[in-house]
Amino acid sequence: MSVVTNTTTIGAIDAPSRRNTELLLLAFAVAIPVFAYLNVGLALDGEVPSGMLGYGLGLGLMASVAHIVVRKFARYADPLLLPLATLLNGLGLVLIWRLDQSPRLNARADFAPQATNQLVYSALGIALFVGVLMILKDHRVLQRFTYISMAAAMVLLLLPLVPGLGADVFGAKIWIRVGGFSIQPGEFAKIVIAVFFSGYLMVKRDALALASRRFMGLYLPRGRDLGPILTIWAMSLLILVFENDLGTSLLFFGMFVVMLYVATERTSWIVMGLLMSAGGAVVVAQFASHVQSRVAAWLDPFGCLETAPPNSNMINACDQMTQVLMSFGAGGTLGTGLGQGNSDLISFAANSDFIFATVGEELGLTGVMAFLLLYGLIIERGIRTALAARDPFGKLFAVGLSGAFALQVFVVAGGVMGLIPLTGMTMPFLAAGGSSVIANWALIGILIRISDTARRPAPAPAPSPDAEMTQVVRP
Amino acid sequence: MNKPLRRIALFCGILVLALLIRDNWLQYVRADELNTHQLNRRVQIERYAHQRGNIIVDGKPVTGSVETKGSDFRYKRTYTNGPMWAPVTGFASQAFDANQIEKLEDGILTGNDDRLFFDSTLAMFTGEQKKGGDVVTTLNGKAQEAAFKGLGDNKGAVAAIDPQTGRILALASTPSYDPSVFAGNSLEDSENRQELLNDKDKPMVNRALRETYPPGSTFKVVTAAAALENGVVEDIDAPTDTPEPYIIPLSRTPMKNSHGDCEKASLNEAMEVSCNSVFANLGDKVSRDKMVETAEKFGFNDPEIDTPVRASASVYNTTMDRGGNALSSIGQFDTAATPLQMAMVTAAIANDGKLMKPYMVDQLRAPDLDVIQTFEPEEMSRPVSQENAQLLQQMMENVVDQGTGTKAQINGVTVGGKTGTAQHGVGNSKRPYAWFISYAKTDSGSPVAVAVVVEDSNGIARDDISGGGLAAPIARDVMKAVLDGKE
Repeated sequence: MSVVTNTTTIGAIDAPSRRNTELLLLAFAVAIPVFAYLNVGLALDGEVPSGMLGYGLGLGLMASVAHIVVRKFARYADPLLLPLATLLNGLGLVLIWRLDQSPRLNARADFAPQATNQLVYSALGIALFVGVLMILKDHRVLQRFTYISMAAAMVLLLLPLVPGLGADVFGAKIWIRVGGFSIQPGEFAKIVIAVFFSGYLMVKRDALALASRRFMGLYLPRGRDLGPILTIWAMSLLILVFENDLGTSLLFFGMFVVMLYVATERTSWIVMGLLMSAGGAVVVAQFASHVQSRVAAWLDPFGCLETAPPNSNMINACDQMTQVLMSFGAGGTLGTGLGQGNSDLISFAANSDFIFATVGEELGLTGVMAFLLLYGLIIERGIRTALAARDPFGKLFAVGLSGAFALQVFVVAGGVMGLIPLTGMTMPFLAAGGSSVIANWALIGILIRISDTARRPAPAPAPSPDAEMTQVVRP
Repeated sequence: MNKPLRRIALFCGILVLALLIRDNWLQYVRADELNTHQLNRRVQIERYAHQRGNIIVDGKPVTGSVETKGSDFRYKRTYTNGPMWAPVTGFASQAFDANQIEKLEDGILTGNDDRLFFDSTLAMFTGEQKKGGDVVTTLNGKAQEAAFKGLGDNKGAVAAIDPQTGRILALASTPSYDPSVFAGNSLEDSENRQELLNDKDKPMVNRALRETYPPGSTFKVVTAAAALENGVVEDIDAPTDTPEPYIIPLSRTPMKNSHGDCEKASLNEAMEVSCNSVFANLGDKVSRDKMVETAEKFGFNDPEIDTPVRASASVYNTTMDRGGNALSSIGQFDTAATPLQMAMVTAAIANDGKLMKPYMVDQLRAPDLDVIQTFEPEEMSRPVSQENAQLLQQMMENVVDQGTGTKAQINGVTVGGKTGTAQHGVGNSKRPYAWFISYAKTDSGSPVAVAVVVEDSNGIARDDISGGGLAAPIARDVMKAVLDGKE
């Protein structure tokens, strides 16, 4: 009789969970913002800021809770995502608090300190993050809600248009007002609609990929398969036209095209997507003055400041853009140092849409590049999660969320730096605003859940009762 | 699905890369341009963040800095005797930028100039307050005071130069303004400035450098220089062939003279009594192109006379016909000159034909009084030879001894000068400009050349307006102030 081998013993060597790596990184992610906080206080008042202990403890507590929950409920999750989000969130809080101290901004009637609110929103965000990890044990459950998600996303996107509920803030109608709170439903719709896209494309990918005709080197889909992309395109245009929001519109359409491409592996979708967004943008730019002034401010901000009619939207847009650009210019290579710049000269939305200019001025080229790389890391970890995921729904969902995150970062940072026309979106985790920070924590929570599922070692197969019986028969 | 995923990863990488490249473009390549942009309020904030350096005359500052509260500007500029020094200093206002020396030497005055880098860095370590450097001017306080007081309530300007070095000694313009009334950024400052801008007398115009006037008869010394340089006149006492009446070329209009003895008058006699006909005739004979050549050697038609404050270009038309040239030769028609330009003409003659480049910043000093830069005299051109310059001096001294400029005489000092009364307005309807240019001479050469112009002299009968009566006493006082200082 030969030696009996049992293959199940291989599973006994556990895959590394990387939780300790995450804990170490988290320590840095908390320490760096605390030092930044100290830095601002010393620069502004020459003394250690009184709120520092509270701030440090608060951030530390939130990070610890998140870490413990990940350790318990998503043991094999990607170790970078949580520290990256914590670092960005923490630095965002410092920047918002720094702008709260500005005498120039406080002199404005439409300005109110935001740091305390933002801390509460961050806590809510972490709570949602924890909720996602505790309730959503497997992301594939969400497949069941494909069509409900679609309906929910539609409702969320259209809410700002409901009279009495929607609020028009400087031309863009992307907020709703409930009680004393302004909510940006689009931030949540971003996640909900990704569920729909993933579920829908998973089912339809074969039809969309295979039934096509070849034309000039491109595989063109059948007419009836064009339906979904046309619908999404039309919806994006509607958002653009009725809500005056270029950013959200671009985000949804871009996300859809990315997911369509991943699902079908057909380059033709990318080409069509680009053509359709270009076409839509050109058509809308013809009659939406909101878009026109943004484009004018992008092409030649200093020039249009002189040519635009006084007191028009266009001149406001151009003035904002020049202030933002000069803020970046004032930062130079190393920046003025936290608390020592004059980015508060951007008087409107300095702590929300234009907060990245404060990074530019006070932390300089070095700081901005560091921030961009942090965002880049989140995006690449997200796509890595998609690569590692074993099920098509998870793959699509992860790449959809990461792609949307990437597009948002690009559209906002590119907008404030004058690379593309400015759109009214907020820098994830940095900008003041509850909806954004809460929704993005949920997004990170989902990515962590998918990555946990992806990296989790396959459960050990139950020892087969037949194992003893099987014998190798030697010739 | 992994192949498209990898491509998406690459695509996202490209997006981030595009942002990184754009940021380098913005914060590295364009940083300086954006940071010094005129719309950038940071420039102003920085300008007043530290005690601003001073502009120094005769070892004493004519400017100052006071701490202010309630805005993002920490310090505010103050001026001692602002109206008198405004044509030299210019203004530096929290709300309305700056001009002249305040603007041109801003780097030194704020302490941000690269040459002050060591001082500011040292100050950072020693914990001292950062402070701007000083700008030491060439001006002479006494001469400036004489000029400013002499002009009094009249509209006019004075420019005085040291002929041997080109150092500007006096630069006055009236009516003037006090730059301290709008140095801040309050509503009141803004109203004060608006009031000055609306004033029809234009007090904010620096007449000595930036306003051109028809130089009238004072220009005749340039015509005389051209005639001597080009051999049209060999002997200044020989009669010229000027008929009476002299008909302006290409026209039937006779040239008017205000004095009777101009027929065939010699150059010397013509200068003494300021004969229009003789100089129009000589200018015609010299020809337009040679006239242009001499005028340009004196500095006419040069748009870049930087003292370092840029003076407007004086004009001698280069394309006019013979008639125009004849009229231009007596300082009418298109000819126009700044007071500084006429002072340069006088200085070149007084300095035996060598024109020194006029300048008014002598030294730039660090806050600890270390000299950062000293400006040396520089030769600009040689419009006339030494012999001809001395002939011109002889004629100009005659004018003061026994001609139209007797009011400029100073006891015991050789003074040369030339009067001018320039017509202007349609049909000469406006009050003429009274001009006087002169220099004083001592054993060691000439220490001062001065040009005075007085506009629209209200309250004085029209016939009495002549350079000799109005402008010459001012020139005399300025010269006297400089001479007294030398003793």
